[in-house]
Amino acid sequence: MKGHVLRAFVKKEFLHIFRDYRTLMVLFGMPIAQVILFGYAITTELRDVKIGVWDMSKDQKSIELISNITSSEFFALNDNVSASHEIEASFKKGRVKAFLVFPNDFGNKLERGTASIQIIADASDPNTANIITNQLTSIIQRWDMLEKSKTLRRAFIDTEVRMHYNPESKSVLLFVPGVITIILMLVSAMLTSISIAREKEMGNMEILLVSPLKPAVVIIGKILPYLMLSLVNALIIMGIGNVVFEVPVNGSFVLLLLECLLFIVVALSLGVFISTKVESQQMALMMSLFALMLPTILLSGFIFPISSMPLPLQWISHAMPPKYFIIIIKAIMLKGVGIAHIWKETLILSLMAVFFIGLSVKNYKSRLE
Amino acid sequence: MNKAITANKLTKKFGNFIATNAITFDVDKGEVFGFLGANGAGKTTAIKMLTGLSRPTSGEATVAGLDIYRHAEQIKQQIGYMSQKFSLYEDMTVSENIEFYGGIYGLKRSEIRERGGKSLDQLSMTNVRNHKVNSLPLGWKQKLAFAVATLHKPGIVFLDEPTGGVDPITRRQFWEMIYQAAEEGITVFVTTHYMDEAEYCNRISIMVEGLMVACDSPAALKSLHNASSIEEVFIKIARNKE
Repeated sequence: MKGHVLRAFVKKEFLHIFRDYRTLMVLFGMPIAQVILFGYAITTELRDVKIGVWDMSKDQKSIELISNITSSEFFALNDNVSASHEIEASFKKGRVKAFLVFPNDFGNKLERGTASIQIIADASDPNTANIITNQLTSIIQRWDMLEKSKTLRRAFIDTEVRMHYNPESKSVLLFVPGVITIILMLVSAMLTSISIAREKEMGNMEILLVSPLKPAVVIIGKILPYLMLSLVNALIIMGIGNVVFEVPVNGSFVLLLLECLLFIVVALSLGVFISTKVESQQMALMMSLFALMLPTILLSGFIFPISSMPLPLQWISHAMPPKYFIIIIKAIMLKGVGIAHIWKETLILSLMAVFFIGLSVKNYKSRLE
Repeated sequence: MNKAITANKLTKKFGNFIATNAITFDVDKGEVFGFLGANGAGKTTAIKMLTGLSRPTSGEATVAGLDIYRHAEQIKQQIGYMSQKFSLYEDMTVSENIEFYGGIYGLKRSEIRERGGKSLDQLSMTNVRNHKVNSLPLGWKQKLAFAVATLHKPGIVFLDEPTGGVDPITRRQFWEMIYQAAEEGITVFVTTHYMDEAEYCNRISIMVEGLMVACDSPAALKSLHNASSIEEVFIKIARNKE
């Protein structure tokens, strides 16, 4: 009889979800829009950044260095000027992001060891300017080393930087795990808390409480549909990430799904917990937005690195379930590690799930006082 | 045991406010028992205590011979409830609502189909069974809600202001449904503030400010207070209180 009752309840929940186009939009429209937005719009990779040069010496060495820089995939030469006021004009027209200025007699100065190059960057976007100047500096230094080792016939220590697990510094590799986290949190916590609050608001909850339905059946019946849909969602995001942005899943796919399941349970229990505290759908929405969504985005390490936060915020971030999930999901997707490397985070999430489920069951009143 | 409901000094306090003050009454099996009173007189509070939605501050009560404190879960199997707030799911069709409520009372699919079909026939709503509930007029919804509340054939059905805001003709039809349920042996406990509806009940009790001030058959109350209608009885009693 139990399974029969639960089936009736779950069927009703699915009817609610599929008949409300707003819920459907949040469920399926948003994940797709978010992945595409984050994948295309927010990018920190350098590719064919336009630069300009003012070469006052035009000797063999300067021309060699310029061609070295522009032959990399990072930079493309877009402007060649011969006076300082043209630099300003070029920036203003938006033709270039940075300028290289070579002094007179560059080749001779280089041999005497007094050569210098000026880099002028457009810092109206400071983040990009930083990345560009770093990249330019490192290319120039490596070229310099190479030159010196030729003339002195002595080997220099050459450092080669390799960005492991994300060799091309692709930002989308970091955003896909982040978006999965946000979407799972949003769908699971917000939609469940709203749907339970709706039963209260409309008066249906009274009927359910008078009926022989066990509270556990009500809670499971509410959770189960969103659990399934959230998993589908995680698969959709990973699919888009994989097909459109070539985000790999290097680790075990089964482990990844199990970890997603664990995080969804945490988020769902948070949603049920919220719904036991509020009386209306509006309150449920506000609570899940401010108490869950903002911390998920701001404090989970998704956008801002936790290590650069002030200490009190770092402490708060330790209490955020998404923080641990982002660590886990990045480790599985990008590093391809197994459970041995992420058991600590998994354990913390499991404890959180037990804690919130316990709290919700305690809070769920089978009597309306 | 042929009492459907007994209540002994049942009391509910919210802080200093006494919603129901030591009300004592009983309801016979198969009876249509009316609970009358102005808004805020304590009718809904009484119904919530009897259905297990609210825990009494003090006093005793039994429903279907079961103690409301110790056997709350068994009582749930025996009763049907129609709340003051409209309680069907608006975004689901008539059939889907019947299936859902039948399902949570553990009815088999065949039972739901058979009883649901019969109810829809009686309500002449068979042709709208695939319409969403929110497209139906209020009176139809209320009649449907009553049919749904009695689908699992409860011994007792609690109706909290079932006819609020409904037109006179539909109210009349609604009371015919109540009578039919009573004929099938279902005890009906109904609250209302329409005094004319009180005349349809076997017995009525009148509540004023949390106190039960009268409890008898409509005819007995009318002759006791020398009045021609229940409305007159109610006004006389209310005046006496002041």
